[in-house]
Amino acid sequence: MAKFQSLADAVADNLNDGDSVAFEGFTHLIPHAAAHEAIRQGRKDLTVMRMTPDMIYDQLIGMGCVKKMIFSFAGNPGVGLLRRFRDALENGWPHQLEIEEHSHAAMANAYEAGAAGLPCAIFRGYRGAELTRVNPNIRFVECPFTGEKLAAVPALRPDVAVIHALKANRKGDVFLEGITGVQKEAVLAAKRSIVTVEEIVDDFEGLSPNATVLPAWTVTSIAVVPGGAHPSYTQGYYGRDNSAYLEWDKIASDRDKFMDWMKANVLDRTPDIFAGRVAHLKTQG
Amino acid sequence: MSTFTPTEMMTVAAARALSNDDVCFVGIGAPSAACNLARLTHAPDITLIYESGTIGTAPTVLPLSIGDGELCDTALNTVSVPEMFRYWLQGGRITVGFLGGAQLDRFGNINTTVVGDYDKPKVRLPGGGGAPEIAISCGEIFITMKQSTRGFVEKLDFITSLGHGKGGSDRADHGVHTKGPTRLITDLAVWETDPQTKEFTVTSLHPGASRKDVEDTVGWPAKFADHVIETPAPSAEELQVLRDLHARTKAAHEGQ
Repeated sequence: MAKFQSLADAVADNLNDGDSVAFEGFTHLIPHAAAHEAIRQGRKDLTVMRMTPDMIYDQLIGMGCVKKMIFSFAGNPGVGLLRRFRDALENGWPHQLEIEEHSHAAMANAYEAGAAGLPCAIFRGYRGAELTRVNPNIRFVECPFTGEKLAAVPALRPDVAVIHALKANRKGDVFLEGITGVQKEAVLAAKRSIVTVEEIVDDFEGLSPNATVLPAWTVTSIAVVPGGAHPSYTQGYYGRDNSAYLEWDKIASDRDKFMDWMKANVLDRTPDIFAGRVAHLKTQG
Repeated sequence: MSTFTPTEMMTVAAARALSNDDVCFVGIGAPSAACNLARLTHAPDITLIYESGTIGTAPTVLPLSIGDGELCDTALNTVSVPEMFRYWLQGGRITVGFLGGAQLDRFGNINTTVVGDYDKPKVRLPGGGGAPEIAISCGEIFITMKQSTRGFVEKLDFITSLGHGKGGSDRADHGVHTKGPTRLITDLAVWETDPQTKEFTVTSLHPGASRKDVEDTVGWPAKFADHVIETPAPSAEELQVLRDLHARTKAAHEGQ
């Protein structure tokens, strides 16, 4: 049953050195505050996975938390490349980074297989694509009914899934809407989960019967962190801080500038800083 | 007649390739501008889909990323990412996939993964994202990209997404039976795929662009159709709608 905790306690209780962890979010609802907490606590040797690793994965890699990354698109969305990720891969700074690279379809199917308790995902993909040459975890199977050759990848079953959601109720049920990405699948595929939320409400009023809800008994820890997705956004609460993504490209381009920024904005801070960061981005109405 | 830039001509020509009945999977960047221009001009009922799960989206400003809130707010419906890739893309519901790329070859194969060797990259690019399956599951593929010898190469460093492979029947030999790349719209020309060789062939030159301009900006010997026409210049309306769209986008992104 979901436990309400401070973010520091939620990360300390659930995320260990050497764990595999998915900080998921697809442009929307990216769990920045939780990733910063993991960095502050100095987690090491993590295997991190995400379809669209962006700024927070650049930060985790640059701070030396990551041993291996499983991903399908490693860019700063709409801006360009991830410079700390590139520095790790091209120059081994701060240390060598192992990668396992897929397509979006493969990762989405692999999370879904994880949530469904299957060992692998099967889909029509990767035909003629060169990732099949460099990633031994992409294989092909024959459909036993039609003989069609289909791609297979191992299910993704992280030790920990970390997501940001709109709100939880007092029982610990979690609600998210808008672009929901693969977060539901990631939580259901994981052994443990941490959910940061904008607020806790007495009950969810007026929800559609088909809304995306994670029942309290599927979630391990909940921490209230208003603004916890910034500079990503939370539907109905605040908009995306596009200028912060543009700014990141400059910060991450230089090792010293990066380390200074991380000290000032992550290491010397606490999660309550996030509420102020979204004050100017609040959604009207 | 008003003047226009090569980029504006590219976007307008790319938009014209889309029809009102299309269900289009939209890549970010240049494809996104073209697809929304089509929707705001001759194809008001076109269905635009972004891989973040937004179906039938009608943004008033261009998104910076494929998952901007604007896309969700203006969509008919937003589905999860696994559903997007399984039911809608793999299920064969998409008529056109509109892609850009970092490196392209004459058969429409695309590289967005790496410059240099995969294990010792010179430049590590973001990777494939949705493209490997967009490239094989959509009814056909349009590509839009500015011409340069850096981008239009004789041989790709890495094949992220299959076009026509080595040409001829190679795509079908990979077990892929969708049409693949049929059209390439650049800042200089419109190229179409030769039905036999599957090589891109210039069928239309934009106003002011010469054969030499085209030849000088691709890394392979450019092929031209027997009858190359001149691309009709952007109409006053097309230019106005495009410029308004960019102005709204700029104002919205700077306002944050």
